[in-house]
Parts: sequence; C-alpha cells; structure tokens
Amino acid sequence: MTNDPIPNIKAKALWMRRRSFQMVYEAQLGHPGGDFSATDILATLYFGVLNFDPAQPNWPERDRFIMSKGHASGSLYTVLSAAGYFPEDWLSTYMGNKSRLNGHPNRNYLPGVETNTGPLGHGMPVAVGIAIAGQITGATYRTFVLTGDGELQEGSNWEAASVAGHRKLNHLTLIVDRNRLQQGAGTEETNTLDPLDDRFRAFGFEVFMVDGHDHAALLAVLSAPPGEKPRAVIANTTKGKGVSFMEHQAKWHHGVPNAAQFAQAMEELV
Amino acid sequence: MAHAVETAGLYDCRDAWVKTMMALAEVDDRIVTVVNDSIGSSKLGAFQARFPDRTINVGIAEQCMVGVGAGLANGGRIPFVSAASCFLTGRALEQVKADVAYADFNVKLIGQSSGIAYAELGPTHHSIEDFAWLRPLTNLTVICPADAWETAEAVTWAAAHEGPVYIRLSRMPVPLLDIPNRVFRPGKAETVREGQDVAILACGTTVHLAAAAADLLKAVGIAARVLNFSTINPLDEAAIDAAAETGAIVTVEEAGIRGGLGGAVAEYTASNRPVPVERVGFPGFLPTGSLEYLFKEHGLTAEGIAAAARRSMMRAAR
Repeated sequence: MTNDPIPNIKAKALWMRRRSFQMVYEAQLGHPGGDFSATDILATLYFGVLNFDPAQPNWPERDRFIMSKGHASGSLYTVLSAAGYFPEDWLSTYMGNKSRLNGHPNRNYLPGVETNTGPLGHGMPVAVGIAIAGQITGATYRTFVLTGDGELQEGSNWEAASVAGHRKLNHLTLIVDRNRLQQGAGTEETNTLDPLDDRFRAFGFEVFMVDGHDHAALLAVLSAPPGEKPRAVIANTTKGKGVSFMEHQAKWHHGVPNAAQFAQAMEELV
Repeated sequence: MAHAVETAGLYDCRDAWVKTMMALAEVDDRIVTVVNDSIGSSKLGAFQARFPDRTINVGIAEQCMVGVGAGLANGGRIPFVSAASCFLTGRALEQVKADVAYADFNVKLIGQSSGIAYAELGPTHHSIEDFAWLRPLTNLTVICPADAWETAEAVTWAAAHEGPVYIRLSRMPVPLLDIPNRVFRPGKAETVREGQDVAILACGTTVHLAAAAADLLKAVGIAARVLNFSTINPLDEAAIDAAAETGAIVTVEEAGIRGGLGGAVAEYTASNRPVPVERVGFPGFLPTGSLEYLFKEHGLTAEGIAAAARRSMMRAAR
C-alpha cells in the first residue's frame, strides 16, 4: 500500500509519549499513566481516521473527537499539536500560570478541543448530543468519544449510552481505554465492569474488542464505515504503556518522574 | 384551560414560553428542545407535534439531558433544555457548571415549575436553591421573568443571544404588570413603582405582590420604589446603588433567602453601599403545605412585603 498510514501513526505515537512525558516532567504535574494508555488510540484517530482541518477548527462537517478522560491531557495536547492545531512550543507551557494548556482541556483556550472535560462521565452525553445534531440535520460527520474504564462507573455514561442505543446513533463511536486500573486500584476489585462488552450490547451497541496499542487493529475498527448501531470499541490497553517501570502501576495515574526516571523513560521510548 | 386563566386576568407563563418557542422555531431550524420526559410539564406538546425531530426526549436522565444540550450546541443547534428546575439545576448541576457555563456553550436552560410550584410535594420538588447554585457561574445569564410578557421577551432574547442562559419559569398564574411602553432589557432592573422612601427589589412571581405592597404603603404615606429585578445575573449594580439612596431595601423572591436575589443584593450593598436589606423568601426546607399557605407564612403577600419595608425603614432610622 503506497499510502500506508501506519508508519506515520507509529512515529507520531512515539513522539507523543516522549513529548507528553517531558511536559509532565517539566510541570511536575499530570497523569502520565493514562496519557500512555491512550496515546496509540489518539495517534490512530488523528493520523488515520478523523476528517478535520486544523485551519478551520469549527468547520461544521468535521469529525468530532471528545476526550472524556480529560485528565490525560498530555496525550490530547500532543496529538492536537502534532495535528497542526497549535504550535509545538505551546506544549512547554503545560499547566503553567495562565497557560492555554490547563490540566484539563478547555475548548475556549485551545483550538481542536470540542468540549471541556475533567470531571468524569461528561464526554459521553456531550458526544451523544453532537451525534443527535448530526442525525437530525442529516450531516455525515462522525463522533468519537474516549472514556477511561474506571470512568464508566459514573452513571451519566449509561444514561447517554441508553440514549445512543435507543436512537441508533450509528455515527457515534465510543472507545473505552480499558487499562483495568483506576486511580486507586484495579477496576474489577473496585467496582466490577466486566462483562463490559455484554453491557454495551445490552444498551444497543455494536461491540468490538481490540488491542489498544495495535495501530493496524485500531485503524481497521475505527475507520470502518458506520453500521446500523452506535459502536463501542473496547481497547485493551496498558496503563503507562512504553515505560517499563510505569506499566500496570496505578501509582503512575498521576505520578510524576524525577530526573533519573525521566532519563530512563527517554532511553526506553525510542 | 387557558381561557379560564385569561378571564381571571392571570396568565400561566408557560403558555407564553411555548407560544414564543413555536414562533421562533418556525423561522429558525436550529432551535431544538431537550427534555427529560417533561413534555407535558413544559407544555411542549404542540411543539413536539409540529417539530417531532427537534424535540429530543432523553427520558428521565437529567445529567445526560444537559450534556446532550451542550453537544447539540457543538453541532450548531440552539438547544432549549426544559425540565423541572429542581432536577435541571440540582441533579445536573455539575453538567450545568462544566458542560454549559465553563465550556460556554450556547445552551438555554429553562427551569420549569420553579420555586415552590410543587408546594405540597415537598422540598425534594421545590427549586428554591437554584439562584444560589447558578449565580456564581458568572457567564450564565440568569433571568426570572415576572409575567407572561416578560417570559416571551426573555425567551426571544435568549434565542438570539450567543451564550448560556437560565430562564426560571413558574406554573403559578400571575397578572401582567401594568407598565406602559415596556422594553425588555436583560441585565437591567425595570421600574414598576416610583418612590424615594424605600426600595423593594423583586423577581418572578413576587413582583406583582411587591407592587401591591407599594400600593398599601402609599395609602399610609410611604412612597416605595418597586423594581422588577428579573435578571439575577449579571446584577444591575447601578439600580442597587440608586435603591440604596432611599436608605432602606427589601428583596422579595420565591426562592431561598440564602444566596438568591436577596443574597446577591446583600453581598453588593455590604461591600459597596451598606444599607439595611430585609430579605423576604424562604429560610430553608419548608414544611408541608399549599403554595398559598407557604407564601403567606413567609411574608410573600402584599401585607408581608409592606411589613418588611417598614422593618427595613426602621432599621435605617436607628
């Protein structure tokens, strides 16, 4: 294939991991574990799936991406910068005083941010509203929303999932970053989510399970044309993916690296 | 039926709301409604019949309802999210804060059956905290119309205004204010009665009661100014400055006295122009009772408001 997007997605994902971890290191703030579990999903969306124009962030026909797990802002900000929404040097202001790069994304600060998130369980209802707007106007844009898995303990997601299934919002795709860890512990020991696929099927979704770090697999499922139902893509991921001492460690939900840890991560992320 | 209400000289503001919405939606296809199984209580049956695709009923799911409103705004629609104000503002407060106000989406929130419209149903169904909850959301315009005319004006203005708005409606029939040549000015208090001895600042269903109180006071030689303070946020500070010149202020609202119109006026005057402020409204959770009983019990009558005006004037004289 002459225009295989995978090498570019892979390169962008690597850059995003390195750059977002640098942001966290310099700010000594952030959620790097969640950044790394979501990175490959975001790189695949922005460099293989979404139809957008960074020069016209409010283009009515754009595909929408809603980052419901707004705390993983390092991954969102790096992908938006890589996609051309704003200059890379803005990334160096992450969480600084009066920075446009707030700890959680604000659509009025940054082009490319579709809605303000941070408190969990907010992205899905907004994404459903965007999809309904498309449904009633006959627009062809698609809406993608990424939630964490622990986030699905918030009931508002299920209110919205029910509406999506009821209205057969087939231009809506929910992606679950299924790293099986929430802030304090595992999801299953905290408040069981499995069988997550059956739950979404019961709510009227077409469900796909995918390796959330396999760019080709993500690209195939996320770029498939809309079917008859809303789609739930359960992306099995690793919190802290890519850095040996961070993987599968809940403490890296909002852990920040010291100099030695940062140096080691930069050696591993190549 | 509507005719019975009209012959009594009283109007249910919801009729003005839906009539205005029908007219606006006819000429602007971006206008949609979002409801939580609240079509009947919002009187949106005719709207749904005329615009079925633009009536989005998410079921009994208020957090989702408000988030869907924000999403519809993202998708270029002008959503009017209409639900009982106790659930719209209480159950979905974080969505109102984060998805509507903080995100600054062009969403119109319509609080139906506000205050103690559901009197006997009790404090779970009263919406007397909503001003206190929403007033700190600085970019959210908060309007509590005094009558059917102002309801129609406020809804029309909100549809044209780019930004989040909360309009608080009642189901209690109220008379039209007898003010000639009215012009709706959001953010500006409207003079209902002129007077220099005391100023009564009221909103919503209580404005006509405040006017009646002024008439009682006039009979005993007290000239009370009555202001329709329909916009709670942003506050008309110039009108409060002028009211303070009378030396005594009374606030009146079908809401809690903590944090509502009274709270706002007390905050402003304490910081800028100390003056006695008597707040007429509800102190907290209310006992079981009819709307008439609870209004009377808390001084929300012409006599009660006139008595509060005298108290404020007495404090000023000390």
